[in-house]
Amino acid sequence: MEDFAALLDALVYTRSRNAKLKLLADYLARTPDPDRGWALAALTDGLDFPAVKSSTIRNLLTERIDPVLWTLSRDYVGDSAETASLLWPEPEAPPSPPSVAEAVDALSHMTRANVMVDLPHLLDRLDAEGRYALLKMATGAMRIGISSRLAKTAFAQAFGVSVEDVEEHWHGQEPPYAALFAWAAEGAEPPSSEGLPLFRPFMLAHSLEETVVDMADYVAEWKWDGIRVQVVRATGSDGVGETRVYSRSGDDISATFPEIAESLAIDAVLDGELLVRGSHQGGEEGGAASFNALQQRLGRKTVSKKLRAEAPAFVRLYDALIIEGEDLREQPWSERRGRLEAFVERLDPDRFDISKVIEAESLEDLATIRERARDDAIEGVMLKRRDSPYIAGRRVGYWYKWKRDPLLIDCVLMYAQRGSGKRSSFYSDYTFGCWDGDPDAGAELLPVGKAYFGFTDEELKFLDRHVRTHTVNRFGPVRETDKSLVFEVAFDSVHASKRHKSGVAMRFPRISRIRTDKPAHEADRLDTLKGLIRD
Amino acid sequence: MGQDFSWIRAEPWGIHVGPADCWIDPARPVENALVTHGHADHARGGHARTLATPETLAIMKLRYATEDGAQSVQYGETIRLAGGVDATWLPAGHVLGSAQILLEHAGERIVVTGDYKRRPDPTCAPFAVTPCDVLVTEATFGLPVFRHPPVEHEIAKLLQALADNPDRCVLVGAYALGKAQRLIAELRAAGHRDTIYLHGAMEKMCRLYEEHGVDLGDLALVSEVKKLELVGKIVVSPPSALNDRWSRRLPDPITAMASGWMRVRQRARQRMVELPLVISDHADWDELTQTITDVDPQETWITHGREDAMLRWCQLHQRKARALALVGYEDEDD
Repeated sequence: MEDFAALLDALVYTRSRNAKLKLLADYLARTPDPDRGWALAALTDGLDFPAVKSSTIRNLLTERIDPVLWTLSRDYVGDSAETASLLWPEPEAPPSPPSVAEAVDALSHMTRANVMVDLPHLLDRLDAEGRYALLKMATGAMRIGISSRLAKTAFAQAFGVSVEDVEEHWHGQEPPYAALFAWAAEGAEPPSSEGLPLFRPFMLAHSLEETVVDMADYVAEWKWDGIRVQVVRATGSDGVGETRVYSRSGDDISATFPEIAESLAIDAVLDGELLVRGSHQGGEEGGAASFNALQQRLGRKTVSKKLRAEAPAFVRLYDALIIEGEDLREQPWSERRGRLEAFVERLDPDRFDISKVIEAESLEDLATIRERARDDAIEGVMLKRRDSPYIAGRRVGYWYKWKRDPLLIDCVLMYAQRGSGKRSSFYSDYTFGCWDGDPDAGAELLPVGKAYFGFTDEELKFLDRHVRTHTVNRFGPVRETDKSLVFEVAFDSVHASKRHKSGVAMRFPRISRIRTDKPAHEADRLDTLKGLIRD
Repeated sequence: MGQDFSWIRAEPWGIHVGPADCWIDPARPVENALVTHGHADHARGGHARTLATPETLAIMKLRYATEDGAQSVQYGETIRLAGGVDATWLPAGHVLGSAQILLEHAGERIVVTGDYKRRPDPTCAPFAVTPCDVLVTEATFGLPVFRHPPVEHEIAKLLQALADNPDRCVLVGAYALGKAQRLIAELRAAGHRDTIYLHGAMEKMCRLYEEHGVDLGDLALVSEVKKLELVGKIVVSPPSALNDRWSRRLPDPITAMASGWMRVRQRARQRMVELPLVISDHADWDELTQTITDVDPQETWITHGREDAMLRWCQLHQRKARALALVGYEDEDD
């Protein structure tokens, strides 16, 4: 555990990606099984200990320290696990740290009934760094900038294997990944994925930005505003097939969208956009409701019949990775597209259709078509090189996304809250509002949204200082400002909402510019924002 | 006995001693200033008359190039001020020359701690527990998460990083007055004999410490040597120079910082520190609460820092306390 705790701290303090890779690769190469496997799972959020929650930590500490002092400390540090690791009374006996495997074993045997007794025993065996590592591992919220991509790259680097092979073999393996380490470190056969409905890494797109592409080499498709999914069906050695729906991050969301999982009966791996039936995106012909409509179906572990009927889901297919056991990923896009067009004919049209290719002679043509996209409430367009293979991750030159320009509105800063993690001492979460009428005739500001990104580090410092020096009221961690600062907020779309007092909900709001030049009463009115609704 | 301590009042820019018309650590120029120690946020220039320890006055002279109106007071010496107020300077253990000020008037005793710590420090006299009716205490690290580890532990961490990276140097950010000299003295105490290299802004203060009898061993300026000579060495600079262009002249430095704030990971990350060293010249939570217990005043007034948590602690321990809203004290560089 000390070695893992030291690794964790070194990763926290290391900024360079290469240095992080080296730290992690060295750790994986020198640490024996199963510790390294458990550590890897912990770093990539692959561990779950249902008995230990953030609230468990709070309860454990408030049994030992005054709750007000706990809250003040937590608010300052910005992280429950770290706060607890610092507040935990130093044990009398010298530390006798458990191994990572021992800690994992103990944590996995904890229940809600005994966690309040057993977790303290573990904490008493560790120093402050060890307690931090243990609590981070237990609550599964590392947030130290180790993406699963980085972990896989480090794994590949540690054992001299390719990242693509690691990605392919990783999925479906359970911690502590004994077979994966045996393959990479000792040259054993790779773990078999045949017959399992496993996730394959997505191919991703770059933003078009300044790039100019020749439409002779590229095709365009609409960028539908749903969630990107992979639908995988595989038949096991027992002849029983299983279909799973995976999100962008590889999470299994089959239970949330059972109608999709029930509708694919042919072995395949398909890439597409999950949408809800409607006429919002692209009109009747587009056949898809707004993202808002999809949102009510997200994040549910189970889904009622009523909701299934009200908001039926379907997948608009973009690509095919594997069809009936044949891996198409090395094939050019045009070949895969042909296979997909033929394949979609064999699927339930209520649940699967194909994303149409947009006819555009030139990039200028496409720009004109894209301009209309806002009226059609579509996010933008995708450009795909006709000869592009399907490659995991984001490769330059193959796929581009070309979002329509964002909408802009001038809002007034109303409330601010301190951020989490590396922003824990900065007021970095902003609630902003628009005028509910004419401000000179006594209209009020109504909150219309929240933003916590879009600004530079310098702007963040400015905003933090502004909040601290313009506070008029405090509500716990929230400060109310004197409502003197205007910012231009960029956002993708705005929807009618009954849940918000203002009656609107913005999508992807971010701070676009700070308008110190603009007095607050000249900020936009709510009616202006409502006028941009296309629901 | 009507003990209301009304002869002493906290104003936003300092603590005012009414009968004597004196200000303690005032944030703006006044007629009569009583100064606890030489840090710029406590010892500002421009007062008509300044009372402080000889070391503090020497530091102020170095800063402001003037001794006008300076009156030196030894530790333990009592000065009779106007209006029948007696003032005594007592060691605070914060930096060279740092003092608490004991004020006595009308049978009441008030101690203003200034900044202080309770741990041994080879560069200054140790904190003297002084019984009083009102303790006016700092609270820079007044949150229970702040428990500074033993300084030997942090020094060992620094020397280990140096040994583990023979082709790099370790650049330690440390406040130019106090922290830098303490760090160097602690390195010497741990047996590190090698030349320690300084940022130019550190030199005069280190010389001043040496003139006051603090042995800092072999020191040299970074600007006087070639880059390669710094490989495997410790370099000390003000925190502001850590990620500045200045540090580009160093051979692949490991960025370290010596500060109590380094206890919190994100504070270290915000400063782009790779090697956080939790070394502070302020009392940590345990020292703050222990001091209130030791001094056992009737009332505790909390000047600057995390006063919310200190107030709560006093409330939980049935101690009368209040927070003073003073401006101008900086906590960022410890």
